[in-house]
Amino acid sequence: MLRFVSFRLLQSLIALALLTVVVFVLARTTGDPLHMILPMSATEEDYANARRYLGLDRPYVEQYLSFVGRAVTGDFGTSIRARRPVSELLRERLPNSLRLAVFAMTVSLAMAFPLGVLAAVNKGNGIDRAAQVIAVLGQSLPSFWVAIILVEFVAGRWQWLPAGGSDGFTSYVLPGFTLGWFVVAGLMRLLRSGMLEVLDSEYVKLARIKGVAEYRVIWLHALKNALIPVVTFAGIYFSILVTTAIVVETVFAWPGLGRLAYDGITSRDFPVIQAVVLTTAAIVAVVNLGVDLLYAFIDPRIRYAR
Amino acid sequence: MAAEPGGGTLAPPGAVAAPARGRGRHVPWIPIGIIALFVTAAALAPLVSPGDPYAQSLRNRFKPPVWDQRGTWAHPLGTDRLGRDMLARILYGARVSLAVGALAVLLASSVGAAVGLVAGYYGGRVDAALMRITDATLSFPVILLALILAVTVGPSFLNVVIAISVILWARYARVIRGEVLTLMQLDFIAQARIAGAGAWRIITRHLAPNTLNTLVVLITLQVGYVIIVEAALSFLGAGIPPPTPAWGSMIAEGRDFVTSAWWVSFLPGLAIMLVVLAFNLLGDWLRDTLDPKLRQL
Amino acid sequence: MGPAVVDVRDLQTHIVTRWGTLKAVDGVSFTVAEGETLGIVGESGSGKSMTCLSIVRLVPRGAARIVGGQILLDGEDLLTKSDTEMQQIRGRKVAMILQDPMSSLNPVFSVGMQVREPVAMYHRLRGRALTERAVELLASVRIPSPGARLRAFPHQLSGGMRQRVVGAMAIAAPPRLLIADEPTTSLDLTIQMQYLGLLKELQERHRLAMIFVTHDLGIVARICDRVAVMYGGRIVEIGPVRRIFKSPAHPYTRALLDAIPRLGARRDRLTTIEGQPPDLVALPPGCAFTPRCPHAVERCRREAPAESVVGPEHATRCWLNGPA
Repeated sequence: MLRFVSFRLLQSLIALALLTVVVFVLARTTGDPLHMILPMSATEEDYANARRYLGLDRPYVEQYLSFVGRAVTGDFGTSIRARRPVSELLRERLPNSLRLAVFAMTVSLAMAFPLGVLAAVNKGNGIDRAAQVIAVLGQSLPSFWVAIILVEFVAGRWQWLPAGGSDGFTSYVLPGFTLGWFVVAGLMRLLRSGMLEVLDSEYVKLARIKGVAEYRVIWLHALKNALIPVVTFAGIYFSILVTTAIVVETVFAWPGLGRLAYDGITSRDFPVIQAVVLTTAAIVAVVNLGVDLLYAFIDPRIRYAR
Repeated sequence: MAAEPGGGTLAPPGAVAAPARGRGRHVPWIPIGIIALFVTAAALAPLVSPGDPYAQSLRNRFKPPVWDQRGTWAHPLGTDRLGRDMLARILYGARVSLAVGALAVLLASSVGAAVGLVAGYYGGRVDAALMRITDATLSFPVILLALILAVTVGPSFLNVVIAISVILWARYARVIRGEVLTLMQLDFIAQARIAGAGAWRIITRHLAPNTLNTLVVLITLQVGYVIIVEAALSFLGAGIPPPTPAWGSMIAEGRDFVTSAWWVSFLPGLAIMLVVLAFNLLGDWLRDTLDPKLRQL
Repeated sequence: MGPAVVDVRDLQTHIVTRWGTLKAVDGVSFTVAEGETLGIVGESGSGKSMTCLSIVRLVPRGAARIVGGQILLDGEDLLTKSDTEMQQIRGRKVAMILQDPMSSLNPVFSVGMQVREPVAMYHRLRGRALTERAVELLASVRIPSPGARLRAFPHQLSGGMRQRVVGAMAIAAPPRLLIADEPTTSLDLTIQMQYLGLLKELQERHRLAMIFVTHDLGIVARICDRVAVMYGGRIVEIGPVRRIFKSPAHPYTRALLDAIPRLGARRDRLTTIEGQPPDLVALPPGCAFTPRCPHAVERCRREAPAESVVGPEHATRCWLNGPA
């Protein structure tokens, strides 16, 4: 078990290290940031000074090493655009994004569980079809379009809910729902197919033969087994969610990492870009690690085998 | 046992059963029809389009669709903020979406399948190294990369295709490798080896054909996702640069006028939904028919 | 033998398929008394397992349905019970052991959870008393260090051990009727013999009525009192084991017995009889065995033979033995 965890941890670290290189190279190729921050009238000397001040005049390898060294301690340098430490920006934005992501994941799980289980139990009939339609629709609708329509109607014309912002719980509803619905389809499908397979199994048959009540057979005996594929793919769904969040945050003007990334890229603010990409990747890695642990927790065959 | 032919799930207590339904889902003609319709429209856009998608006419700004009492047949789906014909722009937009979808998926699937085949065939260190790269790629948000590329090299059709393929191949690599690992255990590979077949021959003649079904299913399911990602990029201004009509940027352009001119944002979104839905439904059907064990994709 | 625990009368279970309705169980009747073991033998598809699943009313949903007959358990007809009543009967009155021990335990729950569950349900026990009873049960099926086994997961146990755990759950109530559906088929020969011994012991201790489904006549000879031979959804011969082995009345039974290799060598599956098992969808109007029967006459093709008594407690469905 310990070996399994440390192996996975090492894997994540290697992946992250690879990413720092990619990010660094990409960020350096995004063009000269000084064009963006210095006024049109800036002289050659101004450029040189600014370059020295920002450390952009040193060799690339040196820049990379100092970047990694500082990144490890949480220091991502100063935002070129906001002229504030990037770590400060992250501290402001990250909690917003995490809260939204957790809310969205909760929404999608709350939708996917009943839909997937009911669809499997009612295989082939109307309930199954309806559940599948809801799920596949979520996957087929562009989230930013859903966002625009929700903002227009629910927040605008009907004034039921705020269109994002920070008015407590209600402001999470629209962006969270938009974001969550997109991944419902995948989760619901995994649950449905998992449940179908498990409901056909001998151990479910035996549970019924023992006289276990039907709700317990479905929601305990069968569901715990059907969770295994869901957990396996949860990491992938989470990274899809993170990706989609960039778009959704932009539409809802959500003060999160996605919005920060978007602003950072449009103004070639590479300390910010580096920080956001690495933070995102680190979060995905941590979630994946958590998923592995959860996986081992649910499936004793994994727990004892490794 | 006699219980097998039906193969259904075990009954809940004492279920008095209904007659079994016919198994095997019907061919999804409606999704196929929708895809065919959009493909034809995209291919023949210059012929079927009611007008020039670029032609501006400020006098005809924000004309509503024909079913609105203020609408005219001159612009069946209305006009946008610059008076450009919506129908023409949606038809031409189909070209962008479908072309990006097809190209990105083909590129990603061929690279991904190659990586998956090689990793699965050689195993060991080759496999470990390739899979680490695959994992690292999977954890990189597609949209972030595309945004970075867009501001680096400037937004363009090619950059969108590249950005999407650079990330998307990893999915194919993962799935195909898994498939190959299973195939490698089977006797016919051992037989081919005994018969003296080399790596290239085994990969191309024995492994690749056997992963084809999976590949087809995955490709179909991914086209929809790619169309959505392209639209999202164009929406953010990092995809297909204006004035080229792309569904995503059309939605973005209409965004500020939803209250007064809903159709400018709504209709392109509807087009995205139809196409993506059609691809997803077709992919679902293909998966159930060709490769039921892929249910988990 | 005591009074009949279970009395199955003219049971009819049909399976609806794309190709037509299949009479999986077609008018099956038998009784099993307290402490008695009835063997049911037959090829795959003869309706053995369907008969058993019909008794616990767990035939595959959507595909199969019980369309007629009575299943009297201590005089009460199970086919008239509601779903909730049936749930109370399963496990408490009728228990069942399935064929494959490798897949009949839930892989994600510990042995302890799976054994405690029925005990808690049937006896309303909790806490320490519950654990004690679970340990006792595991001990009674001779599982070594039962206390420690409670924490184990199914994948950590051998097939024989798992089947013992299933056996422990089956006698948790203890039930009146135990149905064992080929419980030893997938076990090694020595483990198989131990398990049969254990079943016999449990049966005697709890005075269980037992139905033992198998395709192995050797096992029938070892542990059954009476045997029913099924073919094409019908019982073609039923009677005391001794009589059937000595003077089988139905040509199919005779063929089965002839297929047993002599000198105690391991018996193969009963596929050594010439011809194919019957196609249940397209059953001939007469006797299902006609196409493979060496003695078939014209009448066998036209009319299904009625049951005829050929000895004490011994009946068969064959025109050769029936009234002319």
